Amino acid sequence: MPSFVIAEKCDGCKGGDKTACMYICPNDLMVLEPNEMKAYNQEPDQCWECFSCVKICPTQAIEVRGYADFVPLGSSVMPMLGTEDVMWTCKFRNGTIKRFKFPIRTTPEGQANAYLGLKGKDLEGGLLSTEESDGTALRGPAADQLA
Amino acid sequence: MALPNKPMGELKAVRDPEVEEREVDVLIVGGGMAACGAAFEVKKWMSDDQKVLMVDKAALERSGAVAQGLSAINTYVGENKPEDYVRMVRNDLMGIVREDLIFDLGLHVDDSVHLFEEWGLPIWKKSAEGKTLDGKKGQSMGTLKSGAAPVRTGKWQIMINGESYKRIVAEAAKLAIGEENVLERVFIVELLLDANKENQIAGAVGFSVRENKVFIIKCKTMVVACGGAVNIYQPRSVGEGKGRAWYPVWNSGSTYTLCMKVGAELSMMENRFTPARFKDGYGPVGAWFLLFKAKTLNGLGENFAASAAAKAELESYAPYGTAAITPTCLRNHLMLFEMKEGRGPIMMDTVTALAELGKTMDKKELKHLESEAWEDFLDMTCGQANLWCATNTEPEKKNSEVMPTEPYLLGSHSGCCGLWTSGPDEAWVPDAYKIKADNGKVYNRMTTVNGLFTAGDGVGCSGHKFSSGSHAEGRMAAKQLVRYAKDHADYKPAIALSNAELVDIVYKPVRTYLDHCAYTTADDVNPNYIKPNGMMYRMMKAGHEYGAGTATFYQTTSKNLEIVMDLLETMREDNEKLAAGDLHELMRAWEIQHRIWTLESHLRHIQFRKETRYPGFYYQADYPGQDDKNWFCFVNSKYDPKAQKWDIFKKDYIKIIKD
Repeated sequence: MPSFVIAEKCDGCKGGDKTACMYICPNDLMVLEPNEMKAYNQEPDQCWECFSCVKICPTQAIEVRGYADFVPLGSSVMPMLGTEDVMWTCKFRNGTIKRFKFPIRTTPEGQANAYLGLKGKDLEGGLLSTEESDGTALRGPAADQLA
Repeated sequence: MALPNKPMGELKAVRDPEVEEREVDVLIVGGGMAACGAAFEVKKWMSDDQKVLMVDKAALERSGAVAQGLSAINTYVGENKPEDYVRMVRNDLMGIVREDLIFDLGLHVDDSVHLFEEWGLPIWKKSAEGKTLDGKKGQSMGTLKSGAAPVRTGKWQIMINGESYKRIVAEAAKLAIGEENVLERVFIVELLLDANKENQIAGAVGFSVRENKVFIIKCKTMVVACGGAVNIYQPRSVGEGKGRAWYPVWNSGSTYTLCMKVGAELSMMENRFTPARFKDGYGPVGAWFLLFKAKTLNGLGENFAASAAAKAELESYAPYGTAAITPTCLRNHLMLFEMKEGRGPIMMDTVTALAELGKTMDKKELKHLESEAWEDFLDMTCGQANLWCATNTEPEKKNSEVMPTEPYLLGSHSGCCGLWTSGPDEAWVPDAYKIKADNGKVYNRMTTVNGLFTAGDGVGCSGHKFSSGSHAEGRMAAKQLVRYAKDHADYKPAIALSNAELVDIVYKPVRTYLDHCAYTTADDVNPNYIKPNGMMYRMMKAGHEYGAGTATFYQTTSKNLEIVMDLLETMREDNEKLAAGDLHELMRAWEIQHRIWTLESHLRHIQFRKETRYPGFYYQADYPGQDDKNWFCFVNSKYDPKAQKWDIFKKDYIKIIKD
């Protein structure tokens, strides 16, 4: 199901510091055509349908059309990514619409605890830094479990 | 209209790129779960005068196998014991695994899961009444670390709301390592050995896919964690749908190729994974089996896996086949047997499963159940959800077909190919599983090349790490990287080749293209070169037909293997004539080389192991069945970069945990 860019909606992220879809695509598929200032998917048969470009696009210009070789026309799946939840709208070929909302994270974006102040002590031992600071004891297999 | 003999991409490649040199103590190659684990952990152990750099070919926020999200964490030990984790992995992988690596991982994996939850990953919980709460509502029960009960689907998996799983993990990784120490959109294509010290890693070379620039990076030690290998075989969908690989389509076998080309020993490369998934969309089936208790039916509507014939077949693979949980390859084997006997297709009976569950549920609970079924796809395989929409499939009304996929190579899921690495330096670990570095010390997860480490899909003989285990393993490796760098503080990496010679290697496809593109009137057809896209089809076809691809129901023979080895040899020769007109194509040119080397190692191992250890994943028709007497051992191989020769040999299996 390759992603596609709706020409009218794409402004090439001209107001931003980078082209969002080009920045995010894990397979380097989305590129900006600098004269038209519009993005496109340069290799649709290498698209994993991860929806990363759809989710990040600031103008909702990117959608996905099912892979030509096995997906009938007429359906769509569209996410709206918020800060705490994602809303999905799933439209069937026969017109049925289903909507789902799922949580995506429980903390404010950008505030994951990276334990910046934590320094490990025993470099020769087998514990990870946070295990060490928690006072975890390292063990081997129980004696009665050994072959 | 101009003749189509010009480069297609927007970012044209030039003959002479810029060169940027870096020198660090510790280099992290990759950006997925394992690499992010390494990035989180590494500075906790580094001293202030040490330097680190992380290099990802994509953007950390959405790179690697978890880019799209996940609906479950498949390894959380919790109330279980690491000893039992070893038993589960050993049985699923037909007996031959590194129990030291698996046990060690089992000790540390939960710490990473606890961090994920602290960072904001929503994890489902059981309420006091035993009801299921999603990751947001479940917060009222407290954290896993504080003792709250997760929602288990099977003994080892826990359910999550994982759309942003990778974003959360990447955020913590970037904060921990420092954004200034991360290079994104730089693809490492070759590792470099030291000019003076035998078998010592000294650096890596790669290029930017955003500007014409080659990076030459020296380091004392590095971890290579770039995932497994996808699209090395012709996929079942060969049009646009070949992007819909089950595993991430951008995993190009770089982990294995980068390491094998500097002489690191590989292990169990014959192992592969051909997961049975919802046909074409490749949506996950785990929740359907384990959470919704669905059964698969053959074309006659029979629950074939429960038949007397299936039981008898499984008994011939005892003790694995008769264990409480049937190994993944044998579940495939039963399915393939039905299909070959003309009793296909295999259908997941979603209708009956949801009807059964509905008997004990009220309307609200049913609605919630439907939402869980859809979330399973939307969190990790959005395309499967769209396939259901496009085919008007509501799972409570219409069953869906299940099919085993094309082969994948990986070491973190239900597969165990990868590098031979050292186990931890503990008394309970056999000496044969410890790799001693030049200074006589043992470094956990180091390969047979001094200073070169791997994690996640890279570590062989120890599958079932999944996302959480890969992250934990990256952290374990990171600590050892720092230890190695400190123990080798006086080591000054030296590279034998000059910068110009390295650029010649990296930009060779660009120069080949520029030298010849004007000769013909169409860019892709030129007798002086081959484009990566053409080479990809050539590789896929060879494996598909001769190397136990889907064309032959995963069967090969000694004679077929001889043929495919010949084909691969000419492919490697023709790789010298790969051509790339733009930076995206240059990335593809290097990816296809990594894939071809990986496929070759896979088939060399299949050729060497004269038995069929993993029926359902592949069949060596000249040697059907398992031969424990001769082949209950690892198969390892080593490419000698100086002599440019392969060596392949047996390595003893040592049992650590009793049955």
